[in-house]
Amino acid sequence: MENVQTQQAADSHADEDQHPIGIYLKVWILLFVLSTMSYMVDYFDFQGMLRWSLIIIFMFLKAGFIIAVFMHVMWERMALITAILGPPLLLLFLIGFMISEGFWVFNTRVEYMGRPAAAERIHVADVHVEEHGEEAMEEEH
Amino acid sequence: MSGESLSVSGQTNTVVADWAADKQAFHVPWGKLMMWIFLISDTFIFSCFLVGYMNVRRTTTDPWPYPSEVFALELFGQNIPLILIAIMTFILITSSGTMALAVRYAHFRDKQKIFWLMVVTAAFGASFVGMQAFEWTKLIGEGVRPWGNPFGAPQFGSIFFMVTGFHGLHVSCGVIYLLAIAFKVKKGDYDKKNDYSIVEITGLYWHFVDLVWVFIFAFFYLW
Repeated sequence: MENVQTQQAADSHADEDQHPIGIYLKVWILLFVLSTMSYMVDYFDFQGMLRWSLIIIFMFLKAGFIIAVFMHVMWERMALITAILGPPLLLLFLIGFMISEGFWVFNTRVEYMGRPAAAERIHVADVHVEEHGEEAMEEEH
Repeated sequence: MSGESLSVSGQTNTVVADWAADKQAFHVPWGKLMMWIFLISDTFIFSCFLVGYMNVRRTTTDPWPYPSEVFALELFGQNIPLILIAIMTFILITSSGTMALAVRYAHFRDKQKIFWLMVVTAAFGASFVGMQAFEWTKLIGEGVRPWGNPFGAPQFGSIFFMVTGFHGLHVSCGVIYLLAIAFKVKKGDYDKKNDYSIVEITGLYWHFVDLVWVFIFAFFYLW
């Protein structure tokens, strides 16, 4: 019992003053830097694997710092941490299922309906040159 | 209740200790635990949206629009890609920082600082929603609709309005929530029981809204 009580005491407000203001400011700056870097990925137009891996890395780093420091999870007890972070892990199954399902649906559509002629990605500049995006939409419907 | 397992130190053993008997499992104020449960359920809602987005983007045979170009803005005569979204991201991060400081000052019961930091946080949140409204107006003007758009796959519009709309709703609710708590702090409503855990609970909600934006920014705007 002793151990539990001392740990409970450590969790009480009296001791929480120990987080120095510096850690919040450091994480804050870090989040700015990471956001700038992920914006740079787009600005310099990186493509392919480099783009996806950088986006994912920066995203998880940002999410991790927000959860750990700003949401105080790193200072919580393990029972609460597992209760918070455990259930969302189930989403990995949903993502996995939907990826495999997605490939299947896409291939089925291409096979039975054919790929539309305009399958190339459209640049916004090309649409704006015509200057009648709105009317084009209306005619279509 | 086994005394032996408790004498062993280490984080893993605290799980055993906390779940081992008929007693309180989470040593946090009940309001904080309830907020966490709400946030976990909200995680599942936003995850359903993002997984749904992944699925329609993967399955559509129409070309996906270039988000970087769709969300470009002309500033100082130059077309800068995705700039509005970048500014919105920085605003939300800044507001998260001010909120984190408010939570810190709640431990010191510094009512003036808590109040002003929360008001500043709410102001950043409100400007975020304002920019979102501007973005919606711009896109609607260009012919983007939930059922179609001139730039490619029609699913782009439906996902855009649904995901950013739901996130914007969360930010708007957060602004109201922050202001309500800020004024209660200023009035001294929490001095009676000397319990300022509500500031931390509000902070959890606000950081979660920022967290969701991190994922929307990566998957919808950058991908």
